[in-house]
Amino acid sequence: MSRKLHTGGAINEAIAIAMRTDPDVILMGEDVAGGGDRSKDGTEEMGGVLGTTRGLVGEFGMNRVRDTPIAEMGLIGTAVGAAATGLRPIAELMFMDFLGTSLDPLLNQASKLRYMFGGKVKVPLTVRTVCGAGMQAAAQHSQSLYWMTTGIPGLKTVIPSSPAEAKGLLLASIRDDDPVIFCEAKGILNMVEEVPEGDYEIPLGQARVVRDGSDISLVAFGSTLKIALAAAEALENAGTSAEVVDLRTLSPLDEGAILSSLEKTGRMVIIDESTPRCSVARDVAALCVDRGFDSLQAPVKCVTAPHTPVPFSRVLEQAFLPSAQDVLDAVGEMD
Amino acid sequence: MDFSGTELREVYRKLRTIRSFEEKLQELVGAGKIGGFMHLYAGEEAVAVGVCEHLSREDLLGSTHRGHGHCIAKGVDVKAMMAELFGRSTGTNRGKGGSMHIADVDTGMLGANGIVGGGIPLVTGAALTAQVKGSDHVAVGFFGDGATNQGQFHESLTMASNWKLPAVYVCENNGFGEFTPTEFVVPVKDIVERAGSYGMRSAIADGMDFFDVYEKAGEAIDLARRGEGPTLLECKTYRFYGHYVGDQTPYRNKEEAEDWIQNRDPLDLFETRVSEAGILAPDDFRTVDGEVATYLAEVVQAAEEAPQPDIAEVLTDVYVNYKGGSPDVA
Repeated sequence: MSRKLHTGGAINEAIAIAMRTDPDVILMGEDVAGGGDRSKDGTEEMGGVLGTTRGLVGEFGMNRVRDTPIAEMGLIGTAVGAAATGLRPIAELMFMDFLGTSLDPLLNQASKLRYMFGGKVKVPLTVRTVCGAGMQAAAQHSQSLYWMTTGIPGLKTVIPSSPAEAKGLLLASIRDDDPVIFCEAKGILNMVEEVPEGDYEIPLGQARVVRDGSDISLVAFGSTLKIALAAAEALENAGTSAEVVDLRTLSPLDEGAILSSLEKTGRMVIIDESTPRCSVARDVAALCVDRGFDSLQAPVKCVTAPHTPVPFSRVLEQAFLPSAQDVLDAVGEMD
Repeated sequence: MDFSGTELREVYRKLRTIRSFEEKLQELVGAGKIGGFMHLYAGEEAVAVGVCEHLSREDLLGSTHRGHGHCIAKGVDVKAMMAELFGRSTGTNRGKGGSMHIADVDTGMLGANGIVGGGIPLVTGAALTAQVKGSDHVAVGFFGDGATNQGQFHESLTMASNWKLPAVYVCENNGFGEFTPTEFVVPVKDIVERAGSYGMRSAIADGMDFFDVYEKAGEAIDLARRGEGPTLLECKTYRFYGHYVGDQTPYRNKEEAEDWIQNRDPLDLFETRVSEAGILAPDDFRTVDGEVATYLAEVVQAAEEAPQPDIAEVLTDVYVNYKGGSPDVA
């Protein structure tokens, strides 16, 4: 059975299932209850700035759903400590831009404890965070910083492309024994689709071929999947068969899926909403050149945002974001 | 004095083991046998031992870059510690941590920490685990005066106080943050003044006096265990060596240093108190000194003879499970 949910609803459902099935799962963050357990006095809690976690404090109580101070380093660090000592926390970092105020516990603790301790500890932490542009939230609330966390050994980075994907990937992330940065791209938050009921996981480290094709590979993830699919549709109309691959997780990266698609099509475009330098797009491009060179029939193309902060103006923000037309232009440059 | 002779002998053994362990390291690093950054705890022994005497194996402890004393006081195997410092496969961390990350979760030791203030939120999280699970375990975080300027300190203590977590925050105020005198960079006379802004209970102990630390830490730990929330405990102490092995401490006032080392050595103070109370005689202390020296000689020899880690270990323990990822990481 399934019914239509938007991404936030699917995420809420995944958290509730995880908390019902494991008493060690807790949820903590700024406003995740949003006023505490007000369900009992007739007022309604906010459930986070986007309402994603509404209703959870009512079901699970304030021992397991905790509003923290607006103190990202303290809240993420505390979640790391809790994860290392027997809980399985879901910590919400309201916007990924706040990595700046929360980084040390991720960069120097969560990602390294297991290695530094010779494998004698695990850190089953999930940090949920909203990333990307598209809400006119401007330069400090719109960044796609998953390239940073992807570049840190010891962290996993997951980025779903739709509500049903978000539910399954989040359940897998929460139950994973390693620290996971779970990126909720703004570009998919309003998406609505059929989401299976019940408990299911999508394994981390497995990309999926969303659309089969033979002439060109479009590799996308998070908010760029819909751009890739729109571009594939236009290419199809022009007589080019595009294969679309959704990475789902940036670390682990399903290198095999990328290389086999390249082997099949001989052409590769990677679509990434982040800025280009040291990006996932260029990392995947390097992989294609390094290990798929013999398959390449044309230069690898990266479609990314420009190397700028994210602008506020609706017009500028749309110009900043990669588009299906940018993909078509990149394809046009290949031959 | 509420201790038996046997108990006091074992307390002294811990104090002496820490001191001799650190003196041994000073030699070994000087001789080039051990590499890396090394921060010695000598001088501060009464703090670690005075606090940890109240802790069970299940209680949790977070530490600092100056963490050997905390490990020994918490009951981490000294042989495995020395092997770790030599980078050997038999080390507490299988050679992958070294001095600044020495850890042993089996004894509740959540690790030294190379980041000043970095252990404080981890300890706060350990206390959160105890509270959520409803256990009676307590989490104790050691950190220096310098760490109290870090955001992690303020954020963690704010949260711990809000939630009444079963934590005790032990500030080892040794008068210097690296080379800079505390009063240059900390705008309050006593670190405990900061507790007021978190609505947190606080106490000051003489960090050179085992009995004073023991008493004040005992009160704080009992309160935490009973669910009455955290305490900030400031222990005034002094480090006998520099910030790291090799630091010649030109920035310290020589007379002041001499006064602390000659007149306020926590081992001497302990011995005097216990001897004057007529519970142990000087000979008892010398016997322990000899036993510790013999034991540490064995410990060093075992570490030197222990095998190096297998080169393949570079790639292991990054993740519990990294399926689908790079074949270069296990």
